[in-house]
Amino acid sequence: MPILETRALSHVYSQGTPFEKTAVHDISLAVEEGELVGVIGHTGSGKSTFIQHLNGLLKPSAGQVLFRGQDIHADKAALRAVRFGVGLVFQYPEYQLFEETVFRDIAFGPKNMGLDEAEIRERVYEAASFVGVGDGLMETSPLELSGGQKRRVAIAGVIAMRPRVLILDEPTAGLDPAGRESILGNISAFQRSTGAAVLLISHSMDDIARFARRLVVFHEGRLVMDDSPARVFDRADELKEMGLTVPMATEIALALRRRGVQLPESVYTVKYLKKLLLERRGEARPC
Amino acid sequence: MLKDITLGQYFPGDTLIHRLDPRTKLIWLVGYITALFLATNVWGYVLMLAVLVLEAALGHIRPKTLLSGLKPLIFIVIFTAVINLFYGSGEALWEWWIFRITADGIRRAVFMASRIMLLICGSFLLTYTTSPLQLTDGLERLLGPLKKLRVPVSELAMMMSIALRFIPTLIEETDKIMSAQKARGASFDTGKLTERARALVPLLIPLFVSAFRRADELATAMECRCYHTGGARTRMKQLVFARRDVVALLVLAVLVAVAIVLRHVGV
Amino acid sequence: MSVPILQLDNVSYTYEEARRPALDGVSLTLQAGDFVAVLGHNGSGKSTLAKCLNAILRPTAGRVLVDGMDTADPSRLLDIRRTVGMVFQNPDNQIVASVVEDDVAFAPENLGVEPREIRVRVDEALRQVGMYEFRLHAPHLLSGGQKQRIAIAGVLAMRPRCIVLDEPTAMLDPVGRREVLSAVRQLRRSSGMTVVLITHHMEECIYADRLIVMSEGRIAMDGSPRAVFSQVEALRALGLTAPETVSLLHSLRAEGWDLPLDALRVEDCAEAIAAYLRRPRGTDTDLE
Repeated sequence: MPILETRALSHVYSQGTPFEKTAVHDISLAVEEGELVGVIGHTGSGKSTFIQHLNGLLKPSAGQVLFRGQDIHADKAALRAVRFGVGLVFQYPEYQLFEETVFRDIAFGPKNMGLDEAEIRERVYEAASFVGVGDGLMETSPLELSGGQKRRVAIAGVIAMRPRVLILDEPTAGLDPAGRESILGNISAFQRSTGAAVLLISHSMDDIARFARRLVVFHEGRLVMDDSPARVFDRADELKEMGLTVPMATEIALALRRRGVQLPESVYTVKYLKKLLLERRGEARPC
Repeated sequence: MLKDITLGQYFPGDTLIHRLDPRTKLIWLVGYITALFLATNVWGYVLMLAVLVLEAALGHIRPKTLLSGLKPLIFIVIFTAVINLFYGSGEALWEWWIFRITADGIRRAVFMASRIMLLICGSFLLTYTTSPLQLTDGLERLLGPLKKLRVPVSELAMMMSIALRFIPTLIEETDKIMSAQKARGASFDTGKLTERARALVPLLIPLFVSAFRRADELATAMECRCYHTGGARTRMKQLVFARRDVVALLVLAVLVAVAIVLRHVGV
Repeated sequence: MSVPILQLDNVSYTYEEARRPALDGVSLTLQAGDFVAVLGHNGSGKSTLAKCLNAILRPTAGRVLVDGMDTADPSRLLDIRRTVGMVFQNPDNQIVASVVEDDVAFAPENLGVEPREIRVRVDEALRQVGMYEFRLHAPHLLSGGQKQRIAIAGVLAMRPRCIVLDEPTAMLDPVGRREVLSAVRQLRRSSGMTVVLITHHMEECIYADRLIVMSEGRIAMDGSPRAVFSQVEALRALGLTAPETVSLLHSLRAEGWDLPLDALRVEDCAEAIAAYLRRPRGTDTDLE
């Protein structure tokens, strides 16, 4: 059984008014535990509306959301439990920090779950270590931290609920390359060690290409692709038509192919491209 | 959703009402409110309602939009009506303890509620059809003479236009922070009043922090674009009094005169 | 030679309560018409450098001359600000007005320019960034890329001689980034204005004439993008990576392929590799 599933989910904004707009249309997606799924789509493609359905922040106009096989809107009291099971990290999550200390901010979620002191403590320290927030920072004010550290604390605030599905909307937006790399590494480590499912929304195809094993592509409110990164990036022309980019390695491979260098379609990392080129050179050589 | 609040929103357009000089519209609003308070009988209110409907039609503002503006303020309307209900004099229709409802009370309640609703709708018509910048510009010119009394009119006008500019931005931000805290299990709509008040802390603190950060960045950006107090600013869009403004003000004069006359006509 | 548009002599800046200076003895000269990219990590001092260029910050040591004017001289403040325009990271926090054209008019209005002249400047600035059709729109309903182009137009309406962009694309999606960068390049082509682009995206530096890499408040590298990016090891030592094109060329060179390191653009990189593959074996430099 998939941990999280949507069945024919649609959402219409301002239904029944002249401003009516279908934001997502007929989306069926199933995510298994332990999967790391990359979610792609340009601004306004419906992906942000879609993910807010997954923990019940938005209610579908049609269709269902199932968490552990249960419709999340079947029981109103159970909806809050879904919020804890499906953790959602918004864009620029550092803007939600409000407590006096880092510890108390990370503890906000677990406290709302009604856990006891000891359990909260354990979870806060665990979550902080997942995102590389040192114990020494626990009693400082989140407002005194650097931008990258604030982001980590905010992500820890969601991880501390020990969600079985973690959804992150652009967790690396605005960070420099070193910060991006380390946060993505943290998320990937969290996924491996807890076996949770992770949905990662990113505009950076290079990041997605390296971390996700499965990609879903949103375009104009619909789910238009759901496949392995190799097969999705094979359709580079379609992606570009949708206003999306492809990894730089794919771009180079396409440019090489235009110059008569034969390469298989599915190239999306520099490492793999290098390996292919070395093999080609080997073949070209007379033995 | 918070986004549905239309308070003070501007609907761009190119109707006669939109084209009127903002100073004319401001004077009109003052005149309209004056006439509204002069109205003491049914004819007066019918006239004021007719004027409002006409204005809305000329400005291409749907009745529904106008009424939706009332929604957040409906409490004030009901409160005023209820208070007035018990203040009438004359023969009691219904009585209990210290509460007494009279025909006069009902009349007062209906009139007061109508007056407030017309006042709110009239003000909204102004903000719906006048861009915030024009509005502050108009206010600045009308209040210009106060500069002589050392009232910082230009600075106040600038503050007001910036506040208006950031309303949609901050509403959007409030929505985002609320969603983010809900995702961490916060609830804003359950529990006792004290619990609800406490639940606002995770919303208000980030909102204030963000507003201060925005203010700081905006101030720097404005300085970089050579904003300085005391200097002589010019305006790209000059306010020009056109023939239609003269006509509008004449109509206003007639309206106030008629309102005065109607006071003396029996119901 | 004419007066340089920007000249920094041994400039340092230390924030209050900071232990280390954010800017530590930077000397730099920019001539009118230069297109300079400044690259560095968060905390490398690149944003502090930007803020010193139009007197938002006054150096705690050393001096900054803008077209010969010392930024420490308060009487020249307005002249300095109108010479060097500044665009910031968050487009929402630099738009003042509720209508696009009113926002663009803000700076010339502050400068007391004639109303008719303001109109001309506003229309011209909006056309330069391709936003003329949106002049009557409300900024908060536009996309990030569009808002940022309006912020650029708002600066252009001052008719500055130099424009400094402080991480203008950091908060934008790829579409917005492309829009803003192509607006900047278009501006360069049409007006030859001096541009200083501050960024942490390697790919955005490719089109600059000169690339300055900042690290710990100092200038760590300074040269053409080709020259800087081909120093792969030196970049890595600073915690930066070269663009993927250069990374690929670099790793193939490590295998003994005879490739240039300065083919930064995708097409140039592919051309270099294809040319190498076409070459007969004998000319190869590796001798396995």
